[in-house]
Amino acid sequence: MKEKPLKLKILDWVTILLFLLATAMVFFYAPMERVMGAVQKVFYFHVAAGWVGMLSFFFAAVAGIIYLVKKDEKWDLIGYSAIEIGIVFTLINVVTGAIWARPIWNAWWTWDPRLTTATIMELVYFAYLMLRQGIDDPERRQRFGAVYAIVGFLSVPLTFFSIRIFRTIHPVVIGGNDPTAVGAFDMTPLMLQTLLFSILVFSVLFIDLMWHRIRLGQYMNRVDELKMRLQD
Amino acid sequence: MQAKTSFIKALSAVIWKDLMTELRSKELISGMLVFSLLVIFIFNFSLEMDARTRNSVTAGVIWVTLIFAGTIGLNRSMAVEKDRGCLDGLLLAPVDRTAIYFGKSIANLIFMLIVAAIILPVYSLLYNNNVISLGLILVILLGSEGYVAVGTLLSSMAVQARTRDILLPILLFPVIIPILIAAVKASNGFLNGVPFNELMTWIYLLIAYDVIFTSVAFMVFDAIVEE
Repeated sequence: MKEKPLKLKILDWVTILLFLLATAMVFFYAPMERVMGAVQKVFYFHVAAGWVGMLSFFFAAVAGIIYLVKKDEKWDLIGYSAIEIGIVFTLINVVTGAIWARPIWNAWWTWDPRLTTATIMELVYFAYLMLRQGIDDPERRQRFGAVYAIVGFLSVPLTFFSIRIFRTIHPVVIGGNDPTAVGAFDMTPLMLQTLLFSILVFSVLFIDLMWHRIRLGQYMNRVDELKMRLQD
Repeated sequence: MQAKTSFIKALSAVIWKDLMTELRSKELISGMLVFSLLVIFIFNFSLEMDARTRNSVTAGVIWVTLIFAGTIGLNRSMAVEKDRGCLDGLLLAPVDRTAIYFGKSIANLIFMLIVAAIILPVYSLLYNNNVISLGLILVILLGSEGYVAVGTLLSSMAVQARTRDILLPILLFPVIIPILIAAVKASNGFLNGVPFNELMTWIYLLIAYDVIFTSVAFMVFDAIVEE
């Protein structure tokens, strides 16, 4: 059993502090949006969580490619950890979105490209988990996982693109403003700073969680090895 | 070296083997056909398909039927290989593995098109409304190709899992949603007499998806069958 590395301990504390700071910024630093009021504050963590979700799935696809080339177990663990974290953050993204949409769009859910794509993406990675669970041979599980992480990630932008051809009501806050979008607003510099800071903090949180998850995975492998040795 | 020269031969051998097996057993196509007819009948009662509803849902009904029947076909076609150890035999053969992938895909595509070729006239007959047109046939061709390209890849993974009976649709459906959207939209257009050039976007999109999915599936297939 290895001691938790000092660097990881430091990172844990940095993440906690940054997170508290980001929360404080969301509530006290960023100004209140004039039309939507307090519910708009969900926006900062909503976008940041969505960003981490996409980032993790991207990592998992890249890790899948590297695994298939190198056949190194390490990359499978990285990909698997990234997907688990991605699923959690995508869920946070969808749920915070629904909380915002209820008062602004007057509905928890609409069949908008972004909402639909995010949810289908979530389903792709649930399928990934089920695939892994259904295979007993570890080496095969790793190969299949890598393949599905690649194919699944590939289909996400295609799904988005297909649905996008229909008109969307989801506001595009960064870059381009569609006048038909409901709940769109212009960000003041303070809001933009808060958003960018939240994204930074969530990225640090992602690194911290990845580190913990990979360590956990290594211990799980160790336990499996010991179990095997006991059986022999 | 030898593997390269015999690619076409190996490919046609795999297709031939699948068609021959099917011709003798008739398990797969008959299963898919009966299932499709049942799905159409279930839709008829669950959707109250009167003339007005039909205009808007026909494309959807046809595609859902095809995709469900396709899942049955894909599962069966791979399970047969797995259960009787045929897959190992195929893999031992000194041929390019991609020949096996393309052979299986083409055979699966043929089965799906046969099913489509039977259910479209039946649908037209049942509802006294000719749905068959050149445009729709093109869309079914392109949509089925993309579906089968991913489906063959994922079904060869699913049959090797403990939970194989439920795994294939769960793996396959979220991934093929882009193809399904484009196919349903294009079919709907053709059924409602929208001019061909207005539907070109969807056709191009389908072609693009087919190319992307087929090439990726073919690149990663090696990783699935190597043991």
